[in-house]
Amino acid sequence: MSDLSLVITAAAGCVAAAAGGALPARTRVPVAVLLTWVACGAGLVGAVVVLRTGHPLVLSTTRVLPLTGATLVLRPLGAVFVVVTAVVAVAASLSWLGYAGHGLSTRTASATVPIFVTSMLLVPAAGSVATFVWLWELMAIASLVLVLADQRTREQTRSAAQWYAVMTHAGAAAILLALVLVSGHAGGQTFAAIRVHAAHLPGAVRSAAFLLAVVGFGSKAGAVPLHVWLPKAHPEAPGPVSALMSGAMVNLGIYGIVLVGDQLLGGGPAWWWLVVSALGVVSALFGALHAATSTDLKRLLAYSTTDSMGLVLIGVGASGLFASTGHPAVAAIALVSALLLVVNHAAYKGSLFLSAGSVQMATGTRDLDQLGGLMRSMPVTGGVFVIGGLAIAALPPLNGFVGEWLLFQSLLHGLPTSSTAVAIAVPLGVGALALTGGLTAAAFVKAIGVGFLGRPRSPGAAAAREVPHTMQAGAGLLAAACVVLGVVPMVVLPALERAVAQVVADAPARGVTSSVDLRLHGLRGELAPGLLAVGLALSVVVVLGFRRLAERRFYLRLPVRRAEPWGCGRELQTARMQYTATSFAEPLQQVFDDVLRPDRDLTVSHLAESRYYTEKIAVRTSIDDVIERDLYRPAISAVYGWGRWAARLQNGSVHRYLAYGLVALVVILVVIV
Amino acid sequence: MRGARPEPVRPATARVTLRAAVQTILHPHTATEDLGPPPPPGPASRRLAGSLQIRHVDAGSCNGCELEITSAFGPVYDAERFGARLVASPRHADALVVTGPVTRNMAGPLAKTYDAMPEPRMVIAVGDCAHDCGVFRGGYGVEGAVVDVVPVDMAVPGCPPHPEAIVRALRGLTGR
Amino acid sequence: MSTVAGAVAQVATAGAQVVAVGIGGPVLVGAMRKVRCRIEGRVGPPIGQPLRDLRKLFAKQRMQPDRSSWVFAAGPVVLVATAVVIAAIAPLATDGPPLGRTTDFFAVVFVLLLGSVFLALAALDTGTPFGGMGSSRAMTIGALAEPALLVALLAMSIPVRTSNLPVLVRSGLDHPQLIASPERILALVSFLVVILAESGRLPVDNPETHLELTMIHEAMVLEYSGPDLALVTLGASMRLTILLGLLVNLLAPWGIADRPGAAAFAVGLAALALKVAVAGIAIATFEVFTAKLRLFRLPELLAGAFVLAVVAAVTALVVR
Repeated sequence: MSDLSLVITAAAGCVAAAAGGALPARTRVPVAVLLTWVACGAGLVGAVVVLRTGHPLVLSTTRVLPLTGATLVLRPLGAVFVVVTAVVAVAASLSWLGYAGHGLSTRTASATVPIFVTSMLLVPAAGSVATFVWLWELMAIASLVLVLADQRTREQTRSAAQWYAVMTHAGAAAILLALVLVSGHAGGQTFAAIRVHAAHLPGAVRSAAFLLAVVGFGSKAGAVPLHVWLPKAHPEAPGPVSALMSGAMVNLGIYGIVLVGDQLLGGGPAWWWLVVSALGVVSALFGALHAATSTDLKRLLAYSTTDSMGLVLIGVGASGLFASTGHPAVAAIALVSALLLVVNHAAYKGSLFLSAGSVQMATGTRDLDQLGGLMRSMPVTGGVFVIGGLAIAALPPLNGFVGEWLLFQSLLHGLPTSSTAVAIAVPLGVGALALTGGLTAAAFVKAIGVGFLGRPRSPGAAAAREVPHTMQAGAGLLAAACVVLGVVPMVVLPALERAVAQVVADAPARGVTSSVDLRLHGLRGELAPGLLAVGLALSVVVVLGFRRLAERRFYLRLPVRRAEPWGCGRELQTARMQYTATSFAEPLQQVFDDVLRPDRDLTVSHLAESRYYTEKIAVRTSIDDVIERDLYRPAISAVYGWGRWAARLQNGSVHRYLAYGLVALVVILVVIV
Repeated sequence: MRGARPEPVRPATARVTLRAAVQTILHPHTATEDLGPPPPPGPASRRLAGSLQIRHVDAGSCNGCELEITSAFGPVYDAERFGARLVASPRHADALVVTGPVTRNMAGPLAKTYDAMPEPRMVIAVGDCAHDCGVFRGGYGVEGAVVDVVPVDMAVPGCPPHPEAIVRALRGLTGR
Repeated sequence: MSTVAGAVAQVATAGAQVVAVGIGGPVLVGAMRKVRCRIEGRVGPPIGQPLRDLRKLFAKQRMQPDRSSWVFAAGPVVLVATAVVIAAIAPLATDGPPLGRTTDFFAVVFVLLLGSVFLALAALDTGTPFGGMGSSRAMTIGALAEPALLVALLAMSIPVRTSNLPVLVRSGLDHPQLIASPERILALVSFLVVILAESGRLPVDNPETHLELTMIHEAMVLEYSGPDLALVTLGASMRLTILLGLLVNLLAPWGIADRPGAAAFAVGLAALALKVAVAGIAIATFEVFTAKLRLFRLPELLAGAFVLAVVAAVTALVVR
């Protein structure tokens, strides 16, 4: 029965796409959404059954892809990602219902969203190279179409789509190469066959395949230096689509690395995992820093996706490292923490992007320097954003805190005692982790404080009204997930452990015991998130009660007076006098000036009469992505340079082309003779 | 003597040592004067109960009263030991201490500062200028006395008032 | 029956710790002010003056900026609530506080961070430039202090293989050589610098300043009045007391109650009060002879603390 679930998923997805493309305007989005929900529900059911029982779901047919056959095998590890994708897709499509009046309601868009969702649901279930690559490409192309869905004519959107297209296909090429390398040597293209023959592969081939996989999947996950498409494409996509991309699609990059590293190749030498961890540390720091200094709301969220994925990569790398040095118990905990971070990321990043989409719809801008005062006009969206922001800053009692605690515990307990180099590297790594946490907190205080609080900084922000209920509900669903996962993480931990047991050999059955509190197996580490949440709630009640008691006892209670804020007696106080996002981030920008290297442009124009009189001074500062500016753009201009040089070979003269033909003929004759 | 250069004055340097610090704590030599028993408490003392936060506004004074207020909070007269404290924001303050006649430019800000204070609040006009414009009465830049802009609850006369008088006025409010 | 009595005893212990910190916090601040005044050569306000100030503030009117939202009102409440939670579950007077078997050092750090974040958000909600300035500076300093804090935490956790606070404190009681070790001492020095940064004492921030452009913590509370201001002041002093209490218990745990019973608890409270008083007076004396650092010199200070913490962690790892 449960085998049917994947079939239903695929079928419902296709019907939804057809409906979205064929139906008239009023019904196409609701029908497509409903059918997408059916697909998600079926996938969810199948995945939950797999996680509960531990038995994989296997489906294979030669009817869909005639040459190679399509194989779907859903194991616990993949099932985790299917569940995550399904929940995010349900919330995002709920939000899509409300968004449809504003955009994303053309035939193309309504047909593509179900295709995108279904392909994301099925990628973790792919059981052979061909199936995987087909689904991966389908997912990439669908998301590319959706990035261009609204605002196709805007220059920035087109450029973002170009970058995204090139980078995702370059990544797909690397992935294909890696998979072909291992399957070529193994002689079969199903993952099961590859796994069996993996041990016989020569070491160089294994390492090459792993590195190619890290490059390809890391690019999808947004790991530095292959992240450059993320801050371009995610902001330009419409709200529900960016939530899907950031909350569901980037996770599949992590799935791919674990798949290739552990499942297909069966683990590897320690240096593989050191590379992954190093990538994670750099991504986390870079992403957090740019998030903290970004003034575009969605770009901030995109960079913090890079940050979160960096943390996950640290967990994955640590897990592999501990497994390869023979500490399976701690390796299991590290991988559980990485998976928990993935689940958490989907919940809070999904709700943040959906709220950001609501804000953009209501105010017409994503620029934080133009927002403000939205908490009073959009209370639900603001409340959801606050929950998401507190969750991503890893503050109790929400879910980010539990994930970070687990990661920290795995690093603390798993430190190998052998080499001094590791002894120096790990504290620095923990320091980097802490710095990213602090920078993320600063980034989201800025996003919440400048974006939602205070007074509106522009007419657009002042005119904002709350968005339709479905959009509120979509974002609210994921925010509720943040709260639930923070107070009772036990609902997901057993499932994650089952997934980890599939990956880490000799992992203890229950590495992270959890009934009321989290307890680490065989190690000293305990956390009671539920009790902490109850304690905080009780304390708030106690403090409020104390305040009321003290007010009553110590004299008369005067009514609360709302008045103009104190401005040192200034006659005129405007909203423009408030701190903006740029000013908020300025101390951090100054501290990290060497890393960010902002562009500063100072133009002084003088009066015509005399050079000593200044007419106008214009200052422009912008923080560009350093990697894009110093790595990619020179490479791109070099390619253009080569192209221009090569173009001289084709100058349109028939005589030259005839000469080319003659030379080629002579060379061939010489070679034959 | 002609042509002789005067000796340069070398500033006295205090060697900061741990010993000096410990000695200062254990055997404090204070310069503070003993100002005797508190004056009879006023109606506000019961509510304030020994704690008075003050926000000072210079509405246009010659700074003579400011110097006396600074001296009143300095080591010799030390108003802080009786519970009075200067604060930065009128939101934190119980009393507004105003010095000087209210000039035209400061009338608005003074009114705003008074509005920004939470109830129950009071105003203390320190110095003759604050009370009735003093020597600046009739000046072209002067709007009026403090009582013309905000209601005044207590006045400390003098041009400038002695720091002891200022401290006595504050003690009447705090009751200590 | 015994479980009910046990539960009541646990609640009473937690409550007693909270009340002790709640009253001791303002008294500690008063004592630090008194030390400063004495060294300046004047008498200064009595030690209990902050308690009088709090009492008077509850009788004053609450004011809010006209365009602010619920976040402004929630700021002080969350700040004090987080301090109350930590005061209840941290090993301050007793090394086995109720529910304290799950008091993880990491959790303590992040619960306190929750309070600071809410205060920073409330400051941005005022709509004034000072609120934004205080919030921006506070978050920058917090971000730069976190690496030092967490690596110091790591360094202290490695020798005992856990980051559970009561176990950390008890290990000092059982094995004094753990305290005399370089990793613990260096980590605690780093922790002290972070405490100065987080609670806004010199050389990071001057709590007595009136110049708004030099304010960090004070700038965030310029807009609060009445009971809100009382809660904010109380919360800040409670945080300082809790952090100093943890510091002294990790440095010199003797006197802490290590068995159940009211007598031992009373001794533990007295020992805590004495140790925190000594620490506070030492800090106050240090403050008198220190000038406030320029804002852009603070990263150097916090980086120095980070380096100390890294050295401590490396030592702990290599020695293990």
